[in-house]
Amino acid sequence: MRYEKIKLVDENGLRIDGRKPDQLRPVKMEVSVLKNADGSAYVEQGNTRVLAAVYGPREVHPKHLTLPDRAILRTRYHMVPYSTDERKSPAPTRREIELSKVIREALESVIFVELYPRTTIDVFIEVIQADAGTRTAGLMAASLALADAGIPMKDLIAAVAIGKVDGTLVLDINQVEDEYGEADMPIAMMPSLGEIVLLQLNGVLSEEEFYEALKLAQKGIAQLYEFEKQALMKKYVEVKVEEV
Amino acid sequence: MSMTPSNQRIVSKLKRSSIVSLIKKGLRVDGRKLDEYREITVIPNYISKAEGSAYAKIGGTLVIAGLKVGVGTPYPDMPNSGVITVNAEFVPFASPTFEPGPPDENAIELARVIDRSIRELHVIDLEKLAVVPGEKVYILWLDIYVFDHDGNLLDTSMLAAITTLLSARIPKAVVKENGRIVELDKEVREPLPIMNKVVTVSVGKVNDKFIVDPNIDEEQVLDCRLAVSLSEDGKIAGMQKMGSGTFTTEEVIEAVKLAKKASKTLFSKINEALKKIEEQ
Repeated sequence: MRYEKIKLVDENGLRIDGRKPDQLRPVKMEVSVLKNADGSAYVEQGNTRVLAAVYGPREVHPKHLTLPDRAILRTRYHMVPYSTDERKSPAPTRREIELSKVIREALESVIFVELYPRTTIDVFIEVIQADAGTRTAGLMAASLALADAGIPMKDLIAAVAIGKVDGTLVLDINQVEDEYGEADMPIAMMPSLGEIVLLQLNGVLSEEEFYEALKLAQKGIAQLYEFEKQALMKKYVEVKVEEV
Repeated sequence: MSMTPSNQRIVSKLKRSSIVSLIKKGLRVDGRKLDEYREITVIPNYISKAEGSAYAKIGGTLVIAGLKVGVGTPYPDMPNSGVITVNAEFVPFASPTFEPGPPDENAIELARVIDRSIRELHVIDLEKLAVVPGEKVYILWLDIYVFDHDGNLLDTSMLAAITTLLSARIPKAVVKENGRIVELDKEVREPLPIMNKVVTVSVGKVNDKFIVDPNIDEEQVLDCRLAVSLSEDGKIAGMQKMGSGTFTTEEVIEAVKLAKKASKTLFSKINEALKKIEEQ
């Protein structure tokens, strides 16, 4: 991945795509984008594009997988073969298996699973175009899809990946920054409650840098949370007048 | 697809409440302090057929890691670097909840957390493991086997993994026929090009208290945990929130501080074990 050194932050402090260190990529969010699913959402952050859909609460087969006091959660994070520079095999990779797990654990702390004993809530995330930050975009799409499906949650999840490139901490990294940078830290929160539901760090940071990264993340998360609320409200605000 | 596990160990309500109320008072069911590890045993070079190996035991959790070495072609995007592959397996007899079959999401997550920490901190100088740059490089297979599960698999596995790498003696690569053939000479051995040491400390949260090295019963009671990988000079070399609970930002900071403090115990155990084999 790193065969030559490229400059990721220029002398004016701007990033490779012209953003400031604390600037998000352009965001687009929409809910109820699919017909069949009980809830669905589309999230776009720069060139990262993700679809998520929710089915449930619904019956589990085989029955022995159910839990008597709560719903189980089944989650799949998947990247489609044409989402990356080189074709990705459609079979689940070790990375996708790990991410499915951390995303499920993040969602379990948000959903009121005890309201639906002996059922399953199925959450599917498909990355259709990958340009870094796919797990965070996927998690936001999943939380919007759950809200769209009317499943009670403590809060929405807003998430962003912090990176360290050329020694500078930056918000919402893109693919180039991820590949050539020194660290990648995805973080997801319930913004109103101030609770972290997902936190990973891939790379090396000093303790001080980590505290800075947490602060920077919260700034981005606050903005993304507003986009999410707007996307949900838009579903109900638009009034369609039918011709008589 | 990742699914909420339905074959979890069950801890009785009585035991659960005694674990929680003890931790609230700063005590543990097994008499430890909140920031104290269980008894740690590290034995490097445990398997003579492996180029490196280690036996690591924390409390009742037993992990044996082994390193096998070969020569192969490098990845096209890293033509001048050796290759390291980390794999973990939870053998079926290690716990009543483990089943035979390929590594599940827990084993994959554990292996990937360890792999990332080793890679990102440059524990091994992989560029020194190129034999014929662009053509032939050392391939390292680090296999982590969990044989008994008594809680805190990650810290124990990392302890076994890092001790394996630090104590390994790999065969010298001999280049023949203008670099077309590379053979390993098992008679001549040298250590790996080590640049850093790393350990992982899992910090568990129970209400507003934090504990290190949860045992198997405590693991069932935790709200969630944060695994922090640390270098010997205190840099954070990786993190992973595990389990389905949440942390506030203040709690994460507290957990990192506790992990940093507790990492010293692990480093001193590793250094002690390595010193012992050097003296032999």
